[in-house]
Formats: sequence, C-alpha cells, structure tokens
Amino acid sequence: MAFEHIEYRVDQGVAVLTLNRPANLNSFNAEMHAEMREALKQVRKDESVRCLLITGNGRGFCAGQDLSDRNVAADAEMPDLGLSIEKFYNPMIRTLRELPLPVICAVNGVAAGAGANIALACDIVFAARSASFIQAFCKIGLVPDSGGTWTLPRLVGPARAMALSMLGDKISAEQAADWGMIWSCVDDDALMDSALGCARHLATQPTQGLALIKRALNASSTNTLDQQLDLERDLQRMAGRTADYREGVAAFMEKRKPEFKGC
Amino acid sequence: MLNFLLTGTSSNGVLTIQLHRPEALNALNTALLRELADTLDNAATDSAVRAVVITGDSRAFAAGADIREMADLDLVGVMNDPRPQYWARIAAFAKPIIAAVNGFALGGGCELVMHADIVIASRDARFGQPEIKLGIIPGAGGTQRLIRAVGKSLASQMVLTGEPISAQRAYDAGLVSELTEPELTLERAQQIAASIAAQAPLAVRQAKDVLLRSQETHLAAGLAYERKAFTLLAATEDRNEGIQAFIEKRRPEYKGR
Repeated sequence: MAFEHIEYRVDQGVAVLTLNRPANLNSFNAEMHAEMREALKQVRKDESVRCLLITGNGRGFCAGQDLSDRNVAADAEMPDLGLSIEKFYNPMIRTLRELPLPVICAVNGVAAGAGANIALACDIVFAARSASFIQAFCKIGLVPDSGGTWTLPRLVGPARAMALSMLGDKISAEQAADWGMIWSCVDDDALMDSALGCARHLATQPTQGLALIKRALNASSTNTLDQQLDLERDLQRMAGRTADYREGVAAFMEKRKPEFKGC
Repeated sequence: MLNFLLTGTSSNGVLTIQLHRPEALNALNTALLRELADTLDNAATDSAVRAVVITGDSRAFAAGADIREMADLDLVGVMNDPRPQYWARIAAFAKPIIAAVNGFALGGGCELVMHADIVIASRDARFGQPEIKLGIIPGAGGTQRLIRAVGKSLASQMVLTGEPISAQRAYDAGLVSELTEPELTLERAQQIAASIAAQAPLAVRQAKDVLLRSQETHLAAGLAYERKAFTLLAATEDRNEGIQAFIEKRRPEYKGR
C-alpha cells in the first residue's frame, strides 16, 4: 500500500510515521485512518522496528478529526460519532498503548482534539516550544475522545483535566511540560534531533523489557497495589527469560557495553 | 496416532493436551473431537495421569466447531451426528481438567472451556457463543453450562446476540477463576494442575464428582451425596496418610488407595 496521507519509513530500528495532510493541519479523514492502521500493522509485523516515532508535516501536528469529512448538515440525519470512534480512533489508541515497543511523539505544532489525545497516548512526548495542546471538543458540543478523558486526569490531575476539557483553552508546550503532561519541551529547531535521538537510543535498548515496563505502567492505573505486585512478579518472570537480560548482566560483569537484540 | 492434538505427560502427573489445528484457529472438527475423547479415555485409566490441562495456541483456544462440516448435514445427518457422544465422553472424564485459554474461545471452543473444572485465561482471551449469527444455537452445553456459570442475563445476552465478552468480564462473571499474562497462561494452568496432581487421587475424583453433581440436583440431595462420598473416603489409606502427615507436620505420600 502506497501512503499518501502519511509518510512511513524505517531507519536504524526506528519507524518514523509522519502525518501528511499539512494543508489541513494533518486532520484525520477516512483515508488517513486507513493508512495509519496499515502503517501500525507494519510496525507490529516488522521485527527490525524497535521504536516508533510519530510526528506531523507542516506547521501543525494534528488537528484531530477533519470536520468536513463528517456528515453534519442541518437537514441530515444525526451522525453516529460513536461509530467513527469505534472504527477508527479507539483501535488506533489501543494499538499505540499496546504496541510492544516504545512510542515517541514529536509534537511539531498545534495538537488539537483527537490530535492532542493521540499525542498523549504515546509513551514519551516531545513538543516544540511553539507547539500547543487544545481539548477543542467542548467548543463544538463534544466530549474529549481518543482516550483524553482517561489520559488527562492521570497526567495532569482531575482539576486541570476538567478545566482543560470544559474550557478548551490552548496550553503551550512549555506549560504542558511544567504540568507533567508531556516529557519535554524543546526549541523548535531541536525537536526532531531530540525526538529522533531518543528514539534511536531506545531502538538499541532491551525492547522486550521496555514493552514489559509499558505493560506494567499501563496496568497500574487500574490495578490495586496488590494486583500490581503480582503483575510485576509475572512480568519480571518473563523479563528474566529474555536474551537481553542475560546480555545486560553479562556486560555489567564484564564491564563492557551491552549489545541488546530486543529479544 | 493423533493428527490434531499435541500431548505430553510430565513426571508430576499432568497431561497437557494442546489443540493443534492452527490453520483453522483450532476449530473443533469431528476428528479433533474424537481424538480428544479418545485421549481422555486413555488418560482415565492411566495412573500416571492425575490432572489434565487443555490449551490451544496464542491466537485461539478454539474458535468454534467446523462450520463446513456442519453445512453438509441435513436433519438425519444431524440426528446421527457422533459429536454428542464425544462430548458426553469428555464430560464423563473423572479426573480434573484445567483449561488454559489464550485468544478466542468461541462456540464449541467456549463449550469445551466449560467442560473444564477450572478455567485460567489470559487477559486477551475472548469468550462467546456466536452460533446465533449462523441461524443455529449452541449444541454442546453452551446454553446450559453458561447460564450456570455467569447467570441468566449475561448468558442470554451472549447466546442471543452472539457477541463475545472479554477475559475480564468472564472473570468478573465467574466463568474464569484466574487471569494471567498471555505468556504465562499455560504455565499457571500447569502449576494448578500439578498442585491438584499432588493430592490424593481418590479424594480428587470424589471431590470433582460431588462438585459436578451440585449442578444437577437440589441442595439436600447434593449434601447427602457429598456426605456419602466423604464417608467413602474414610475407607482409603490415603485419607489416613493425609491426616497423619498433617499431625506429624510432614508431606503426605499418597498411593491412590
């Protein structure tokens, strides 16, 4: 499948997925969703990929749903927005959260609506200083989707999550970093170097171990401490069986740099 | 010779049976079901087998019956179908069965799960009775065992809509006794099987028998049946060994007598 609305390339173990509808601030229409799904399938299948980096072309990261792609004419039947979420957004967010490798996001410009929440669903988020985050849903009578009502309170706390969702205020990258909503705010011209550098580093690390860390942290938000302790035991059991664990210990004992294979 | 099963018995008395028809998501065709019934019949009289684990692979436990086979049967064909006999032999197996479920357990696969005494499932497992979507209904206990396991409302929703439920839902409803990480499901089921295999075999058989009986009778009859089984065990050497070992704070050594 040749991509038109996104770009996808794999280099040094890093898959770089670039949203590519710059004239529409990379907002999602059905075709872009289909390409995104296909690209994520490739990430899962391609064993050489050990880290995924998502970013956008042009001045925006992603403006969420392309409103012109949805039928909301006054005389038309009420649209079933749940269907589009069930079909497109939810599987995408689930996939990003479940991918057994680190997912980095480089937010190059405005991240609005679902675009903001797609970024926040990633594991480590870098944002350019000029970038911003907007929970725009409330301004058109909608509810934050793509996991926003779940991720936001966990990232910034319930008070800020509620105000962000109800006011739809624009939050600068700097503010987002100060609040702990994202990992790092960097100068615009340093964004790709920072994000790609991080992705390349992670692509040399024990990928399975990182995937298990991701699983543990994702589960922690719904588990009790007791359940989480059991989960840590189970995941550690699996981590202890990886070749990378052996390599890590061996390299430490031999005082050399480990060479992780991701398995 | 087995075509659709992989089997192995460990030294601690656990027979593991893996359904192995990966190209068909382990759909339970008649040949597979017969192999399963035969394998359990052999295990029933094999004193080296004390408990059984049934599992599939990472994608599917079993995704149903073989629809193509079913399509060829007319009324007489269905009436003469040997499959109910195989199911009856599986249900009659007297030693404990633990199902280790990864991925899909649908239709006949879900019914097979419910033939197990204990169900361990991975967090990504899915359970369902989608027969209604084909214009048929479950035919191997799917309407009967399910309603006893999860209650009327959820069982009716599953059977009437055909929509599957998540492992978490199945766990909450009581269909599954433990959830595990996908990679550890089989291992956990084998652990449980091993701990059962270490108990007195006659007591284990009696316990399974009275547990199952509870589903088929009223409380007073069930209690009487339980007491009979309890009394029966008083005549076994293993009962004395078990109690004596407890008093002497040592591990019992059971002989199956």
